[in-house]
Formats: sequence, structure tokens, C-alpha cells
Amino acid sequence: MGKKILLEHIDVPGIETYDVYRKQGGYTAVEKALKTMSPDGVVEEVKKAGMRGRGGAGFPMGMKWSFLAKPEGIPRYLVCNADESEPGTFKDHYLMKNIPHLLIEGMIISSYALGANKSFIYVRGELMYVIRILEKAIAEAKAAGFLGKNILGSGYDLELVVHPGGGAYICGEETALLESLEGKRGNPRNKPPFPAVKGLYQCPTVVNNVESIATAGWIVNNGGDAYAAIGIGRSSGTKLISASGHIKKPGVYEIELGVPVEEFIYSDEWCGGIRDGHHLKALVAGGSSVPILPANLITKLANGEPRLMTYESLSDGGFQTGTMLGSGGFIVFDETACVVRNTWNFSRFYHHESCGQCSPCREGTGWMEKVLHRIEYGHGSMHDIDLLVDVSKKIEGNTICPLGDAAAWPVASAIRHFRDEFEWHITNPSEATKPGAVFKGDMALV
Amino acid sequence: MTETPTTVEFTPERLTIAQEMIARYPQGRQKSALLPLLHLAQEQWGWLSPEVMDYVGRMLDIQAIEVYEVATFYTMFHLDPVGKHVIEYCRTGPCCLMGGEEVYDYLKQKLGIQAGQTTPDQQFTLKEVECLAACGMGPVFQIREKYYMHLTRERVDEIIEELSR
Repeated sequence: MGKKILLEHIDVPGIETYDVYRKQGGYTAVEKALKTMSPDGVVEEVKKAGMRGRGGAGFPMGMKWSFLAKPEGIPRYLVCNADESEPGTFKDHYLMKNIPHLLIEGMIISSYALGANKSFIYVRGELMYVIRILEKAIAEAKAAGFLGKNILGSGYDLELVVHPGGGAYICGEETALLESLEGKRGNPRNKPPFPAVKGLYQCPTVVNNVESIATAGWIVNNGGDAYAAIGIGRSSGTKLISASGHIKKPGVYEIELGVPVEEFIYSDEWCGGIRDGHHLKALVAGGSSVPILPANLITKLANGEPRLMTYESLSDGGFQTGTMLGSGGFIVFDETACVVRNTWNFSRFYHHESCGQCSPCREGTGWMEKVLHRIEYGHGSMHDIDLLVDVSKKIEGNTICPLGDAAAWPVASAIRHFRDEFEWHITNPSEATKPGAVFKGDMALV
Repeated sequence: MTETPTTVEFTPERLTIAQEMIARYPQGRQKSALLPLLHLAQEQWGWLSPEVMDYVGRMLDIQAIEVYEVATFYTMFHLDPVGKHVIEYCRTGPCCLMGGEEVYDYLKQKLGIQAGQTTPDQQFTLKEVECLAACGMGPVFQIREKYYMHLTRERVDEIIEELSR
């Protein structure tokens, strides 16, 4: 059993209510922070914890906090990114729905550390029922004196606002999220200026993921050093993994970073192995945008050592033989899955979600979708494979925000590792377009 | 059945909620309340007609075009009349791995409509959406605020029957 920080009390009946959450030690971190620590003291602990942002980019949260500009007389804002929309990722949904107070408590501590008196939780609009759960939790916390004016007699005021999105993946990008929160289209901003200097309403702003903020309470209660002691090296702490696809037990799991990937897939504590009678074919380890890995590179590194669930180990070998931990959206494919079809599906997703601001992404995502569609439906040519690689390279790095990269990587990696499967679709169109037909070839299965 | 609104005004209860929503944002930043108000408007009228968008614009003291450009950007807003139940079906990868495409074909066949269409009795509108953040429980669709998960043909039969009553 690994250490549980966020999901320790997930099975306690009524944990979504203030009373039960409080009985389990909830809000003691707010008391400790506001009564015994300075805001900078809280920032220091979070820095020591070394926790890396859990939204996908993996930038250390404490460092992000320390960049926040603090000009006199200008308000500062904390915005929680709860726009979870990356295919394969559903951990924030799970956390907010089941233990809303964990996020509220983290929001209070984080806002206090940053000197924000009004903070926002931007939740994807589809999760309106979760918004209602959060609003209820906020009302409960306020009634208990943990929100509002002069919290616990500390002189610190805080108001929390839950804001619904409108169904746009791009708003998970922090500057698009801020535009959206200002009531505009979600077009990402050019950086610099970074949100830490000019963010919401052109004021200094920190944007953090739900899971990151929810961890703040534990760090305050136990200290940054205790957090840093969990996990391995620069991958400190625990991580929520959203496991989906062809496994026996899909769901959200909290793991101590450093668990071997093989154990995570096959142990009954987590995914429980591949569904009966089937074999592991491929893995998308960190949400749809990270490179897909073939079976022979999932559980072992290129040098034969076991691959671990850490930022470093998953990216070992770069994109040639590695991938990324990303948001922890762990999608498992068995031999019945068609890589071409899945790549087309993801490509359509990114085309649909491109905001249209930068031409490489607006045009390139649509182009890749079209080419993948014709390969999948038996009208592709060998030239199309190189064309896809070429288009993906021209999108990558040439857009304002990372959506371009996110659209390029799944395509480039699928061709890198499953080129024979693409070729099979092109050379055997009548066979490949039969319902349920999947390339059998000589692919390695585990 | 959604009707074209004749008088465009929030109900008294929703008007109170709307004013409370606007007050959440800092002074002079009332435009921030646009997405919340559009959701509230869609809850009342089922879809966002130009008249409804104009009304929301007036409430926030912004130009109508500022409302239109936002309403057309975000996929959750219906810009045409819809049926009583809007089924928002997830078509993204992880749901497809769990048989989402087969179940979707069955649903289309059962309702006799394609994506973007409404059944002749105005009961169901079918809409394709991207990932709903419920990948471990796929296939998934959403109707209003409710998630329907682990969909199968049998489950689709049950849900449609239940909603048709």
C-alpha cells in the first residue's frame, strides 16, 4: 500500500460534507496556516515540498508562487484550473465530486499564501453538478468561519467564486482560461507577460490545477520536507492517475510516485491487469497529448531497466523511446485497438478544440484529421504517412500555446512506433476497412 | 419542447440568481458573468436565440456582438431550438475503446436521427461532444447535468424508455 495524501478518507461515508470532513481532521491546516504561519512561510513549505504542477506541465508549484508580482495597491488573484478536459483524464472530476472540501481548504491556504482576497475555481461547464457540490461546500465552510471576513480572527479576508466554463478544451491553457474568466472567447495570450505579472484583469495571478491546490493542506500540516520524502527525487509526493481503457479496474488511483509501471498495470491494487484473454499493445501514459508507447517500451526503458511512474522515468529516452507523465491520464490499449483509428480520433479532437488563432494549428489539425481519416477508411497512400509527419513537425513549436504540440505528438509518435500498422491500412484497404479489423502483423505484445 | 421566447426576461428567481452572479466579480468586471448568465439563460429557454443573447448583453452592459462571439465559441450553447432532452454523446478515444462507437450507432438507429438532429416529436436532440472527463466509466453521454455511464445497448433502451415516459 502506498502513501495516501488526497484519497486517504475517500471511503469515509459523508466525506463530502463539512461535518464529516472536519471530523477527519479537515481545516486544521487552515487553522495552522492562519494562526501560526506567515504567507511567505506557507510558500516556503510548498517550495520545499518540490511538488510539480499536477495539471500536465509539471512546473513546480512553489516556484510558480514565488514568481507572483506583488505591486502595492493592486489585487492579486488565485485561479484554480478545474477545466479538466484532456482525454483520458478524470481525476479532478473525481476529487471535487467526492471530497470538495479538500479543494476548498487548499484554496484558502493557497490564497492566504499569495495574498489573494478573491479567488476563483474555473470548472468545465459540463460539470455543472460538481459546481453545485463545490458551492454547497463553500457555503458550509463560510458558515463555519473559514471563509469571508477576518477568517479565524486573523484579519485575512477571502471570498471564493466558482465559475463555469462553456465546453472548450483550450480553456485548460492558463491564459485562455483567464480570457474565458473575463467573459471572452478562450484564445490563449502571447507570453510574456506571464500571468504572474499580468493575469486576470491584468493583475498578478497564479493559476494552479485542482490536484496541486488540494495538496496544500497536507503540506502545511506535515511540512514540505515530509512531502519531499515521498516519491523519488524530483518526482516528489503522490499523484492521482486516471486509468482507463482495456484494463480490469478502470478508475482513479493515488500512487506514490516511483511505482513501477508494470506493477501499476498488473497489480490488483491498481489496474488489475489487462482484461481477460487479452494482451497489452500500447499505452498513452499522461493524457491524449503525450506520445503513445508500444508494448515493448511501456514496462521497460530502452536499456532494459524497469520504467517507473515518475516524470523522469516516463520521459526517459526523449520522444524516441519515452513519453510523459502529463496529467496522469493513463489509457491502456489491448490488441483489439487500432492505432490508426485511435490516432484519427485524437486528431479530430484537437481539430475540434483548436481555437483557430494560429494558422499552423488551425489548418494543420484539420489537415492531419483529413489525412488520417482517408488512411483509416482505405483511401490513403504511402506518401500520406510522410505528409503526416511533415505537418506535425510544422505545427510543433509554432503556435502561441501548447495545443499545437498536443495535437502533433500523438500523430508523430503513432507513426514512429506503429508505422507498419499505417502501411498495412494503405496496402490492404479492403481488409483493413472491415468492421473490427485490426493489424496483427509482428507487433510485440506483452 | 422548447419555444421561441416571446417575452425575454428571466423568471424572478433566476433574475435574483443573475444579479447575484454579476455581483461576484469585481466592480467594472461584470462581463465575467457572461458564461454563467448564458448557462442560466439556456436553462430557462433551452437554447440561446438572438433575442436572449441581446437581453444578456443588456444586463451586462456590453455589446451584442460580445455575447454572440462568446456564445458561438463555446460548444455547450445551443444556437438553434433543441428537443426536450439533449443527448450529448462523448465520441473521444477512451470511450470508443469501451465500445462507444457501437453504442452510438445503436442510439442513432433507435432515435432515427443523426448528430445535430431532433426527433420529429421534439423529445430528443443528439449532439456529439468531446471528452467529458469520465473516461474510466465509458461509454458516456450527458443530458443536462446528469452523466449516464457504462453505456450498453440495454442501458440505452432503459434510459430512452425512462425519458420518453
